[in-house]
Amino acid sequence: MLIYLHLPLSLMSINKETIKKISKLARISVSNQETNRLEKDLNSILKFVEQLNHLNTDKITPISSVSNEVLTMNKDEIKIINEKEDILKNSPEKNEDYYVVPKVIE
Amino acid sequence: MSNKEFNYYINGKKSKWEVIIGLEVHAQVSSNAKLFSNSSTKFGADPNSQVSLIDAAMPGMLPVINKFCVEQAIRTGLGLKAKINLNSVFDRKNYFYADLPQGYQISQYKYPIVGEGEVFLDMPYGAKKIGIERLHLEQDAGKSIHDQSPTKTFIDLNRSGIALMEIVSKPDLRSPEEVAEYIKKLRSIMRYLGTCDGNMEEGSLRADVNVSVRKVGALEFGTRCEIKNVNSIKFIQQAIQYEAKRQVDLLEEGKFIDQETRLFDTKKNETRQMRSKEDAHDYRYFPEPDLPALRLESNFVEEIRKKLPELPDDKKKRFVNEYKISSYDAGVLTADKETSDYFEKVAKNSDVKLAITWVSGELFAVLNKHSLSIKDSPVSAENLTKLILLIMNNTISGRIAKDLFEIMLKDSRDPKVLVEEKGMVQESNIGELEKIIDKVLQNNQDKVSEYKSGKDKLFGFFVGSVIKESKGKANPALVNELLKKKLS
Repeated sequence: MLIYLHLPLSLMSINKETIKKISKLARISVSNQETNRLEKDLNSILKFVEQLNHLNTDKITPISSVSNEVLTMNKDEIKIINEKEDILKNSPEKNEDYYVVPKVIE
Repeated sequence: MSNKEFNYYINGKKSKWEVIIGLEVHAQVSSNAKLFSNSSTKFGADPNSQVSLIDAAMPGMLPVINKFCVEQAIRTGLGLKAKINLNSVFDRKNYFYADLPQGYQISQYKYPIVGEGEVFLDMPYGAKKIGIERLHLEQDAGKSIHDQSPTKTFIDLNRSGIALMEIVSKPDLRSPEEVAEYIKKLRSIMRYLGTCDGNMEEGSLRADVNVSVRKVGALEFGTRCEIKNVNSIKFIQQAIQYEAKRQVDLLEEGKFIDQETRLFDTKKNETRQMRSKEDAHDYRYFPEPDLPALRLESNFVEEIRKKLPELPDDKKKRFVNEYKISSYDAGVLTADKETSDYFEKVAKNSDVKLAITWVSGELFAVLNKHSLSIKDSPVSAENLTKLILLIMNNTISGRIAKDLFEIMLKDSRDPKVLVEEKGMVQESNIGELEKIIDKVLQNNQDKVSEYKSGKDKLFGFFVGSVIKESKGKANPALVNELLKKKLS
């Protein structure tokens, strides 16, 4: 999978700070012990992928997917009619009409 | 035309500054169903009543794109004279927020469906071209309601997954006035195309505004700030004015501008920092694995191009040529499709000059007074045409026509019937008119003597008195003619 990186791969290496940042962005808590292991694993993955940089891709258009699937399209029709009860059933907290969550103010 | 000069500059304590503005407009696509699901997009429904398992991001749900939304984006792109990209890609834009159940927004990042285009503005200092950078399709988020409880936020996902077109301009705008014209023009084009209803009160059109300043004559752009999610033209203008001044003050104090996201506080009329640099979003875009690339056949695009309606710029040019009306009048009459249709119906079946006077004068006044759109006009185009025809064949005078129009606001019957029923037919019978004139002259013998001894100005008094005596029905041209004879 192609991730739009801001740096060329060859300049990338992963340190503990980066792992902290990524885990914060993904809202996944990672212990110090896990951080050490992840640092090692991720760097070795990057090093493996790094081999791609030795290929000359100047005249090759990037692809977004390896499958040749065609995007299927739907008609502009309403088929889903009020599933409110089913939908709200899954919410840890709700009232009659709404999902209720701790206050978020940005 | 170019009788005025562009003059929007910020005069700082030390120098004169120019304001550079670029806009990201989020326009809700007019469609029945959402971008990737079959739930309804209708505005104002009960909270969470238009949410499918896809919109609520239940595990295992897969998005399927709505073909009509794709067509709408292409149509809009063509209306902006833009390049349509036959290959485009959907990406995930990752962030956490309570009204975004997926944890990411499906958007288009590197390969948008529409590329560069242009929009023309009519400014008092001449025509101005504004470049369009791109247009892409993306999902809207749900709505957070913060004011119902002191400790909780309520979430309504009805809007979640509705198709948006993000239209990004080049940094070509230079004043709040140009920004207002730009938004109005975009809205007008999209309404003509039927791709977005442009209703800012309902949030169908919202904008992020990028503002920077530079000294007049400088070539490099300054550091910009982005003001998020401003939803009325007036607020966008106020936000730009405040933000430009803030940046000039900072720069003149020798400080620097931080590139940051700000919000506009409409109550305090100021912009403020929204989040610190440490919390700045890092969206980690990557291609949406659930959707293959969007590949279009050029035929598909050409079929849409063939069916494009006449757009405001073309219609305006045609009105100027065909009806020989001023560019200003043509602009007013074509800004909105319904208005132009209404005007054309009236003008084609009656008289162009009278049609302009009645549509942009009397009718607009009534519509503005009651905040009605032309679709809800109490007087139909057919009936306004009939009213004008009654003036043209001298059945009623211009003055009576105004009274008749007042009646027509409440009574939608044929104006001809109304004129007969209310006895408003213009008096053109010479014998009847002479009777009235004789009566008026009889009652004003002193004034008649004064007139005859040289007080010419009194002629107007006689005309007025005769018309008044006839309760407004006397044919003014005939009254003039007959009075001249009688008084000579």
